[in-house]
Amino acid sequence: MNGKRADWTSGDEAILYQACSACGSLQYFNRSFCAVCGAPDPIEKRASGEGTVYATSLVCRAATPETRAHIPYNIVLVDAVEGFRMMAHGAQDLAIGDKVAARFTQFAGRLVPYFEKLR
Amino acid sequence: MSFITGVGLTAYGKHEGLTSLDLMSKAAELAVTDAGLKRAEIDGILCGYSTVSPHIMLATVFAEHFGIRPSYAHAVQVGGATGLAMTMLAHHLVDAGVCRHVLVVGGENRLTGQSRDASIQALAQVGHPDYEVPLGPTIPAYYGLVASRYMHEYGVTQEDLAEFAVLMRKHALAHPGAQFHEPITVADVMNSKPVALPLKLLDCCPVSDGGAAFVISRERIGETSVRVLGCAQAHTHQHVTAAPCLSELGAEIAIAKAKDAAGVAISDVRYAAIYDSFTITLAMLLEDLGLAGRGEAAARVRAGYFNKDGAMPLNTHGGLLSYGHCGVGGAMAHLVETHLQMTERAGNRQVRDASIALLHGDGGVLSSHVSMFLERVR
Repeated sequence: MNGKRADWTSGDEAILYQACSACGSLQYFNRSFCAVCGAPDPIEKRASGEGTVYATSLVCRAATPETRAHIPYNIVLVDAVEGFRMMAHGAQDLAIGDKVAARFTQFAGRLVPYFEKLR
Repeated sequence: MSFITGVGLTAYGKHEGLTSLDLMSKAAELAVTDAGLKRAEIDGILCGYSTVSPHIMLATVFAEHFGIRPSYAHAVQVGGATGLAMTMLAHHLVDAGVCRHVLVVGGENRLTGQSRDASIQALAQVGHPDYEVPLGPTIPAYYGLVASRYMHEYGVTQEDLAEFAVLMRKHALAHPGAQFHEPITVADVMNSKPVALPLKLLDCCPVSDGGAAFVISRERIGETSVRVLGCAQAHTHQHVTAAPCLSELGAEIAIAKAKDAAGVAISDVRYAAIYDSFTITLAMLLEDLGLAGRGEAAARVRAGYFNKDGAMPLNTHGGLLSYGHCGVGGAMAHLVETHLQMTERAGNRQVRDASIALLHGDGGVLSSHVSMFLERVR
């Protein structure tokens, strides 16, 4: 890997994913190798933030004081146009199949991706 | 070859003042006695974990506490699938001649030993620490995501899911050890507090105290015995973000392998014990396993198919949803009930014919699966 990763998990406004230069597989969870073929050093790529809603769940019962302050909040799985799946927050009007785009918001003291309907 | 020669189960609910070790010991004592064995005859111990009292060597902690010096012992951790995974391992251990009698035990004071928030938070950690947990999901939210997709793809409704909660409650009413004793209706489920939509409070299993144990032996003991016909596992992912599509989940892989190992078909099965952490879990697993057509499990519930006197009695103790869920012991209660049914000791819950049973456990977010067939031997 080249340099420090800077995406939302480290507080930076970006969604990163990795592409294997050997087999072409994509992965969202960062690793130093491709989880499909094992080849080292997958290429870091920056996602556009656009995708399609795969699943949603509106959380109404949270387990910590920090997260409880935000309820209800919508957890979504989004299939990114680039071809990987990610978990994020989303607007409450989102339905499966909606085309969405990401912005970023604060949640329980952290930066998190937040998807809204693409206009 | 292996036989389940003894079972033990405590009531589930509140056991104020009892520790995880206390609950494990109570269940283990019941199982060893049920098998007609003495503690000294147990030469293998497999146990699960306790989120309330985590320990790096729980099996030897328990062995010392219970007064056994086994020749084989360790803990197993596969979430909700732990009980059946331990049973599968015990089956292979006795079959390979490593042990004669393996004690499988799980128990936890999950309800009174910590706050409900602490339980929910501990369990949410099955999510990815960087890419999921910071988003504030809960276990119900992980399953809520799966539920929303399953409902979307197969036309299942929230009312359909509610039927499973009602059925499990109806069954629990006949078991004095169950956590819940009040009947519920579909309307009650629909009107219960939203937890992680589409899942509402009565779509979710409770947090409980309790313990369960069994003895797996190389030779049968007694007139009527229960033999492990065959079992198999499948593990496709850990995190819901990395789960395969709905048609490629582990239940279908595990059941196909277990059918081969056991040499039976679903049409041979007379009793079903299926993991039911949430209503969606039960609905999906019934359909993945072939106990109902895709999107048709709820209709079968409404038709009485899974009733005590139906064609395929299901979780007649009330399942996780209404007997209760104390962690590892939770789904072990399914096997205890199955054993009671197969040995015709289920009293007012007794079904007509439990000669061949199918058990299925799920850990994580449909991540780890164990399918197992049992056969009654006379």
